[in-house]
Amino acid sequence: FPGLADVSISQDIPVEGEITVPVGSHSPDEDYSTLDEPVRDTIMRDLRAVGKKFVHVMYPRKSSALLRDWDLWGPLVLCVSLALMLQGGSADSKDDGGPQFAEVFVIIWFGAVVITLNSKLLGGTISFFQSLCVLGYCVLPLTVAMLVCRLVLLAGAGTISFIIRLIVVVAMFGWSTLASTAFLADSQPPNRKALVVYPIFLFYFVISWMILTFTPQ
Amino acid sequence: IACLVMYLFSEFDDAANLLAANPDATTISIDEPVEIPKNQHSRLQEPGREEDDELLGTDDSDKTELLAGQKKSAPFWTFEYYQTFFDVDTYQVLDRIKGSVFPVPGKNFVRLYIRSNPDLYGPFWICATLVFTIAVSGNLSNFFIHLGKPTYHYVPEFRKVSIAATTIYAYAWLVPLALWGFLMWRNSKVMNIVSYSFLEIVCVYGYSLFIYIPTAILWIIPQKVVRWVLVVFSLCLSGSVLVMTFWPAVRDDNRRIALATVGTILLLHALLAVGCLAYFFDAPELDFPAPIIPAHNGTTVITKSH
Repeated sequence: FPGLADVSISQDIPVEGEITVPVGSHSPDEDYSTLDEPVRDTIMRDLRAVGKKFVHVMYPRKSSALLRDWDLWGPLVLCVSLALMLQGGSADSKDDGGPQFAEVFVIIWFGAVVITLNSKLLGGTISFFQSLCVLGYCVLPLTVAMLVCRLVLLAGAGTISFIIRLIVVVAMFGWSTLASTAFLADSQPPNRKALVVYPIFLFYFVISWMILTFTPQ
Repeated sequence: IACLVMYLFSEFDDAANLLAANPDATTISIDEPVEIPKNQHSRLQEPGREEDDELLGTDDSDKTELLAGQKKSAPFWTFEYYQTFFDVDTYQVLDRIKGSVFPVPGKNFVRLYIRSNPDLYGPFWICATLVFTIAVSGNLSNFFIHLGKPTYHYVPEFRKVSIAATTIYAYAWLVPLALWGFLMWRNSKVMNIVSYSFLEIVCVYGYSLFIYIPTAILWIIPQKVVRWVLVVFSLCLSGSVLVMTFWPAVRDDNRRIALATVGTILLLHALLAVGCLAYFFDAPELDFPAPIIPAHNGTTVITKSH
């Protein structure tokens, strides 16, 4: 073959291997069984998966990691920490204060379910839990904003702190909405994208409002 | 009964004649009185994409009305059944919102925009938006009103969100239910030409609430006159949409019942607006608002406050 005249195989590339067909008694689950591994491995694997998704949310790129391997650990952790940080607001009476823990929880989960149902009813092709996963993970920027707000409020509660908080919350709200839209928009029918994006906008707006109006004791 | 039948036949005749004379005319003649057919039809020359729907509606207007609530053929326990209520595109939703904010005299919102495709997207999300808009605007308005006072401490008043949600969703879903029940009952007694399905009524009510969203945002302005002007203005707009929708449905009934129905619809709508204003928005000068009758004494109110 003339084209192969100048091809040479280096002598130190081993060309060897095994060509055996695994016998039936070789258990197919042996590589995937996680029952015998140390607990630390199990936990670390899940933690790493959650951490990887956090990174994907903070730097949204066209990757399907959030969608393909959905999990609800991240959203749960974020929701609980956000609800905890929203406690301790001041109130003259119970009726006038900020949201209770249960209210935050319900708003986030019920809101995410309603948005997911909405997008599925409009003809979206994403699965229920994938959508819940994305919406939950995209609360991460707002949780970061809440953390920053609480730190800023430790330093004082004047106008300057309000302006800083306002800027941070608005920026994180934009980040959340854009991140979740980036992940969810592709699975929607093209002439209904705005109908699906608007409720997501409303959802993160409500959460941002709760964060911004938090006033400490 | 013979008179009624002859009346109906004459209406069909007119419609057929008009259709023959001008095939492009959009004719929704079955529910319009015979004496003003031409005005109605010339106004109904809508843009092209509406023509197909209208033609489908006119080959057998009776059947269209009967089928209005029955076009969903999937059984109600499947997901597809509920998907038929969300079969709208972005431009359709925007058109319906536009139609609810700019009512044109003579045009019926349901016939023109809903057209046997009632959707639940609009009513649900407009109500949700309205709930949060009222709660947030009320909170902001109270904050600005009380801002300078030394004893004032800001509170988020989050409990009001659940109250707002209950009120608005109850209004947007229970009032249509009651109205639909009432219209069905009257339909069994009096032969009404026009009847609406439950979802169409929910749709009209849902979209008619849209005007309150910008109104609630403008209510942040702490001036009594401005707020009441806004109430009256938005009430006129959305009230007229409701009246023009429901008047043809009760017109053929006993005069007093028809007027009472339309009056109740408007009264409930006004109560919602005024109630929200009174409960979520503190009065600008901390004295409680004077009797809820706006209008000819308005000037005396503002001279007192400054």
